[in-house]
Amino acid sequence: MPDLSTFAEAAISPAELRGFLRGLPPVDQVGAEERAARLATRSIKTSAKAYAIDLAISMVDLTTLEGADTPGKVRALCAKAAHPDPADASVPKVAAVCVYSDLVGEAAGALKGTGVGVASVATAFPSGRAPLDAKLADTRRAIDDGASEIDMVIDRGAFLAGDYQKVYDEIVAIKAECGDVHLKVILETGELVTYDNVRRASWLAMLAGADFIKTSTGKVSPAATLPVTLVMLEAVRDFRARTGRQIGVKPAGGIRTTKDAIKYLVLVNETAGPDWLSPDWFRLGASSLLNDLLMQRRKLTTGVYGGPDYFTLD
Amino acid sequence: MSFEYAPAPESRAIVDIKPSYGLFVDGEFVEAKRSFKTINPATEEVLAEVAEASADDVDRAVAAARRAYDAVWGPMPGTERAKYLFRIARLIQERSRELAVLESIDNGKPIRESRDVDLPLVAAHFFYYAGWADKLAYAGFGADPRPLGVAGQVIPWNFPLLMLAWKIAPALACGNTVVLKPAETTPLTALAFAEICAQAELPPGVVNIVTGAGETGRALVEHPGIDKVAFTGSTEVGRQIARSVAGTDKRLTLELGGKAANIVFDDAPLDQAVEGIVNGIFFNQGHVCCAGSRLLVQESVAEELLDRLKARMATLRVGDPLDKNTDVGAINSAAQLSKIRELSDSGEAEGATRWAPACELPERGFWFPPTVFTGVAASHRIAREEIFGPVLSALTFRTPAEAIEKANNTPYGLSAGIWTDKGSRILWMAERLRAGVVWANTFNKFDPASPFGGYKESGFGREGGRHGLEAYLR
Repeated sequence: MPDLSTFAEAAISPAELRGFLRGLPPVDQVGAEERAARLATRSIKTSAKAYAIDLAISMVDLTTLEGADTPGKVRALCAKAAHPDPADASVPKVAAVCVYSDLVGEAAGALKGTGVGVASVATAFPSGRAPLDAKLADTRRAIDDGASEIDMVIDRGAFLAGDYQKVYDEIVAIKAECGDVHLKVILETGELVTYDNVRRASWLAMLAGADFIKTSTGKVSPAATLPVTLVMLEAVRDFRARTGRQIGVKPAGGIRTTKDAIKYLVLVNETAGPDWLSPDWFRLGASSLLNDLLMQRRKLTTGVYGGPDYFTLD
Repeated sequence: MSFEYAPAPESRAIVDIKPSYGLFVDGEFVEAKRSFKTINPATEEVLAEVAEASADDVDRAVAAARRAYDAVWGPMPGTERAKYLFRIARLIQERSRELAVLESIDNGKPIRESRDVDLPLVAAHFFYYAGWADKLAYAGFGADPRPLGVAGQVIPWNFPLLMLAWKIAPALACGNTVVLKPAETTPLTALAFAEICAQAELPPGVVNIVTGAGETGRALVEHPGIDKVAFTGSTEVGRQIARSVAGTDKRLTLELGGKAANIVFDDAPLDQAVEGIVNGIFFNQGHVCCAGSRLLVQESVAEELLDRLKARMATLRVGDPLDKNTDVGAINSAAQLSKIRELSDSGEAEGATRWAPACELPERGFWFPPTVFTGVAASHRIAREEIFGPVLSALTFRTPAEAIEKANNTPYGLSAGIWTDKGSRILWMAERLRAGVVWANTFNKFDPASPFGGYKESGFGREGGRHGLEAYLR
């Protein structure tokens, strides 16, 4: 077993990396899905629900990743991120706004002084099919424009071809470009398909220096699922036990309701543990989720549901 | 601030527990001279007074079952019997929430399990055997298989309604009538089932429920008027029954105790194996005859696995059975609790190391924390005797052959589990394990289509599946 503490700095041979990843304990698909389904039956009520809703709001990476994104759309989203419910100052702000790299400047300007992070997808998002220098330039530009977090995609083609070294080297290179900027590594689990692959890709990204591992781009179906997130949470838990380094997790895509969000928080609580229950260590990549959280929050505090028109569509 | 789950109790309002219950004989509830109390093991609250059937009461029940067999149920075509069974299955589904709550109150098991495991399986069992009722000629037991007559059935307290379903569904599908005695600590869901039989307009006498303790059970299995005895419970009582039935022409099936090995190899999917170990021994507070109570783990991975297991056990939520977030409920009775305590103490006295997560147990009621013993030797009592509680004994092995040797080194043989990523090893192991059920990369998985039963002192006969019909046909 290689010494994991020096993994990121020292050059490791492709054979060593492959040997390590293939030596990870396998994941039994049926068992993992059963465990996730069972945790999803937890009943979160009253005070626990109030806590979970506020926590979930503070963990949202409010996202817009459309070809049709405009500066106006991004500014509107930023306003919402800083004050999710203008009528209620006790609502926490979200963790970050997540945009394409060319709109980072717009978002950074709008979010200045709010404490909301600016996350930029980079490295030829969503496919990752571009030469490394293009990916580096993409990353550099986003950081120069004010991104505080980079959401990169891995080269799934290389991963599926067994070229773990290429994936690893790219992450190392992007991480070097990032410096102190937070690096989230998107595994695109919908293309990796098996839980064994998810576990290996998680470890690969963590060894290469990821600060966060993220499930999906949102452009591939399925996006985030509970069992995939379970496997990733097990990976960060085990990685911390082995190296002392804590890595965050971000499921993204397909999380639309408060009920969904709470299921993820239960999963975090009972898999990685309460240490991960903060926006520093867990994020929810979503867009429409925020309004449902706000609606449920108001229901809980006032006892009645406000209609959807009482919550802004941004 | 941390993520503390607020209490999420399932409402009790849906069940209506009467102050007292009679015996269900010949289609109606009748009084008995004596009665006993059934309590909620989580609170020790008295739930109801329940009639205690005397030998005379049992005699009346058997006579009613005989009349119903001769006049109505025996001659009835299978297609007609099936209709009643389908109707019962649907009524169980309709009333499943009520039955789940009642089961949790009377038994102590968490509502999550009675709601998500017991009740769905109960209904599935009736649906499954309803389907066989008109196809018995194709079941492989001859062209014209005949029912046996009247079956006397005695069931345990660990899965009260599910064990009732395992007994009654195949018996009725095959054309037999039954007299069933539920366990004295958990009679309520069987009595609710009696109401369902009436609701389904099942002909009187086809199902009779006689409540009571050991004496009632003895009167039933020794009654000369029954043709078949089916018993699930302890090996000790099973032996007595076998003796009393010897020399008669009664047919007998026994489903008795177990001390199952759950075998984990070093290439196993470890996170899922941990779940399987937890599900194997802490499901239903370990009150499971096929519980994976002996963990056999390959020495090369033992330390890592046990660390993971302990971390997982620390997240188990022990407490109010009606709370929807409870994982481990109450021990069924004071007597069972003292047996678990006695055996656990012997484990420590014999030199094994006891570990349980810190967990607050309610003051009233019967509780035992999920517990694992490490450093267990094969000779320790906790490795040989059935504890029937949330207590796991962890042993190690070095090679597959040694795993087989240790797993089979028990007078029991009900179930076993294998955890490995290697398919060929699963098959190699399964061929050699002397256990009626072998699970691979899972544990405590039940299905009405799958036969269940034991080797050696775990009993004989199979329940479930096509095989389950054989016990009720001649």
